[in-house]
Amino acid sequence: MLLGGLAAVGGLTAAPAQTGQVVVYSARHYGQEPAFEAFTRRTGVQIKMLNGGTGELLERLKAEGDKTPADVLLTVDAGNLWNAARAGLLQKMDSPELQASIPAHLRDPEMRWVGLTVRARTIMYDTRKVKPAELSTYEALGDPKWKGRLCLRTSGYVYNQSLIATMIRRHGEARTAEIVRGWVANQPVILSSDTKILEAIAAGRCDVGLTNHYYLARLLAKDPAFPVAPFWADQATTGTHVNVSGAGVTAHARNRAQAIKLLEFLSSPEAQQMFADVSFEYPANPQAGVTPLVARWGRFKQDDLNIAAAGEFQAAATRLADRVGYK
Amino acid sequence: MAARATLPGAAAGWWTPAALVISCLLAVPVVVVALSLATPHPEVWGHLWRTQLPELLLNTVALLVGVGAGALGLGTALAWLVVHHRFPGRALFEWALILPLAVPGYVLAFVFLGMFDYAGPVQTALRAWFGPSFRLPDPGAWASVVCVMTLAFYPYVYLLARAAFLEQGAATLETARALGHPPRAAFRKITLPLARPSIVAGTALAMMEALADFGTVATFGYRSLTEAVYRVWYGMFDRAAATQIAALLLLFALALLALERALRGRARFTQSRRRGPGIVPARLRGGPALAASAGCGLVLALAFLLPVGQLVVWAARAGGAQRVGGALAPHLGITVLLAGVTALATCVLAVTLAYARRLRPSRPVRLATRVAMMGYAVPGAVIAVGVLLPLAWLDQVLDAAARQVLDRPLALVLTGSLAGLLVAYVVRFLAVGFQTLDASLAGVPPRLDEAARALGAGAGGVLRRVHLPLLRRSLLTALALVFVETIKELPATLLLRPLGVTTLAVDVWTRTSEALWAEAALPGLAIVAAGLAPVILTMRASGRATRSGT
Repeated sequence: MLLGGLAAVGGLTAAPAQTGQVVVYSARHYGQEPAFEAFTRRTGVQIKMLNGGTGELLERLKAEGDKTPADVLLTVDAGNLWNAARAGLLQKMDSPELQASIPAHLRDPEMRWVGLTVRARTIMYDTRKVKPAELSTYEALGDPKWKGRLCLRTSGYVYNQSLIATMIRRHGEARTAEIVRGWVANQPVILSSDTKILEAIAAGRCDVGLTNHYYLARLLAKDPAFPVAPFWADQATTGTHVNVSGAGVTAHARNRAQAIKLLEFLSSPEAQQMFADVSFEYPANPQAGVTPLVARWGRFKQDDLNIAAAGEFQAAATRLADRVGYK
Repeated sequence: MAARATLPGAAAGWWTPAALVISCLLAVPVVVVALSLATPHPEVWGHLWRTQLPELLLNTVALLVGVGAGALGLGTALAWLVVHHRFPGRALFEWALILPLAVPGYVLAFVFLGMFDYAGPVQTALRAWFGPSFRLPDPGAWASVVCVMTLAFYPYVYLLARAAFLEQGAATLETARALGHPPRAAFRKITLPLARPSIVAGTALAMMEALADFGTVATFGYRSLTEAVYRVWYGMFDRAAATQIAALLLLFALALLALERALRGRARFTQSRRRGPGIVPARLRGGPALAASAGCGLVLALAFLLPVGQLVVWAARAGGAQRVGGALAPHLGITVLLAGVTALATCVLAVTLAYARRLRPSRPVRLATRVAMMGYAVPGAVIAVGVLLPLAWLDQVLDAAARQVLDRPLALVLTGSLAGLLVAYVVRFLAVGFQTLDASLAGVPPRLDEAARALGAGAGGVLRRVHLPLLRRSLLTALALVFVETIKELPATLLLRPLGVTTLAVDVWTRTSEALWAEAALPGLAIVAAGLAPVILTMRASGRATRSGT
């Protein structure tokens, strides 16, 4: 049985690239299946997925080198995509269609990756205790009035790192350190997941927090009376911080043409709608609609800073958080 | 140490070179991790030193002390209770107390946090009862992590201590009692010292596991060195610096193993294996009996029933069973296959190493074995990279050779097949198999080897006809432990699994990483179920000695 398994796997890896197949290394494990199935139905091209953490997938791509079976890297967080590109694991994509579908701030300036879905990381508040008028910016969460009322996720969490990284790009290190120091001075409760922050707000442990929007959407889908709402931060200034899940074609892809076709399809309004419906994310393509539950929260201004900054300043963000004592 | 001295008249034959080759190969990944120190990253270390390194070191030591003491105390006490006493439920507890081994640590951590944190059902109920301002005192991250890890890892100590207590048989203890020692003193002066190698080996396993754990510390926000490894790797995109921090963990592992050797005591304690009547347990009555039952029951409830119950609730709530259930059978199949092969291979190698060391404890073999075992104390993802890099290099070499000789390129023979994954598993769990077997082998009197040799048996014959039958229990224990560990293994599987191979742990992880706990419950239960079978079989096969006593 084992020998059979080994032989089967050996045969699989030894086989020459099949033109009817695209291999996707994916650190995103949810919400893409309907779109993938639609692509296969339309083109006859099979998609093979290998799930993993971003760190592991990057090590694997590096080790496999020009023998990698992967055609596409699909992952979450712009910082991770930036890092994959910097490591030379992704190739430039020549596709006017992708450039037209995805706004410039949500893709690599050199077109080695594109964002496919948008996650807003913004302020969440207890609708029973907090009035929206009391809220304004990320920075204002450092106001002493929130002392003991703020819940944050650990600084090591990638979306917090990216938030701080883009703040560094926007405001410089000194001012960003001031902002984060303000949060820390309010003695925030540090929790280990976004969902826990939302539950803690609902249970009355804190009144405001910072999370990605779709975690709240998931909770509201289960319980419409969940007493937490999003507030779009920084609307009067630079716009709410957004991050992406996105993809690029691997440097040694065997099936480059189909890989780009897949990404073009995933950025089309039709596929974008499928993502949005399953995962409650915002589509990256502005022509696609959002799902009704999320649409209720209205339109908001996105920070239009190119999110490659999330990668460029990520190490600086991690060091900054350590320095000001944000755990 | 008796086991240290070369056995008189023992011709080690091929055993020593074989052990040397095996242990050197298995030590490669650890050496790869250690070699990362050759290219220093002063900026990362400077930053760590200025901001948190002292705290990380202190936290890691505190974690080790807490979990070590907890697992040692709980595991030994429970083993002593069930082997040497009779109380209501004892027969059930004897095997049931091993069940927590099948529950992945991060599941236990998550369930505990979910149950007892501010928004969880326990505190919510208490607030409904005592008013909105009521809150339980926050135990703090250290206490939470130590509690959860103690509950998750005590079975190592329990299993090994129990096997050791049973292997002692009744003769030794009865002699002590006949000589006038009251039972408690006999336990302290005879039973415990005799079982010490096993107890210490189990505790060392628990502490190494605590050192390498990321899931639990991350859940409770406890900052250990391992947590820092991942923060630097993923947060600063600096795998090299992360590997260096992991190399620091190797120092801890080295210290642990040295401590273990020192604490094992003088292995001159070997024992008579006279097959006399089994241990006659002391009957507990009244209060003590009640306390024994309640104590065992509480541990079982917290470490097993609670997390499994929560998984069942989630599984029932998930509803979308077809989305999860369809792929369950193939995932289970490949998981069990991999775990079975790994368990067999690891135990064969562990027996070879332990026996070669017994025959001739040469310094190179001892050193290489010790280095190979340190892989257990390094975070799984780091040691997995340590496996990946040499294998990838070997793939390149093979490819170059194929181009030369066959004039055509070669696919990824090792990193793209199950072979690489199996190597990673063996490297990762060698310590589990070896610790379990070696501790037990040390208890076999050398004069048995001598007698068999005198009667004309070769080294292999002595192993086959003398040691393996004597080690039956430990061998089964080692097989079951490695099997269960492999089923739960995640980081190496993620890094090295070939396309299309999904184990149950990978399935659980892909769902929990998206916070889809309800969907993860069914494969999670499958992990527990797959791990239970060998655990129960082991207990049945090794429980005969006391059956007469219950």
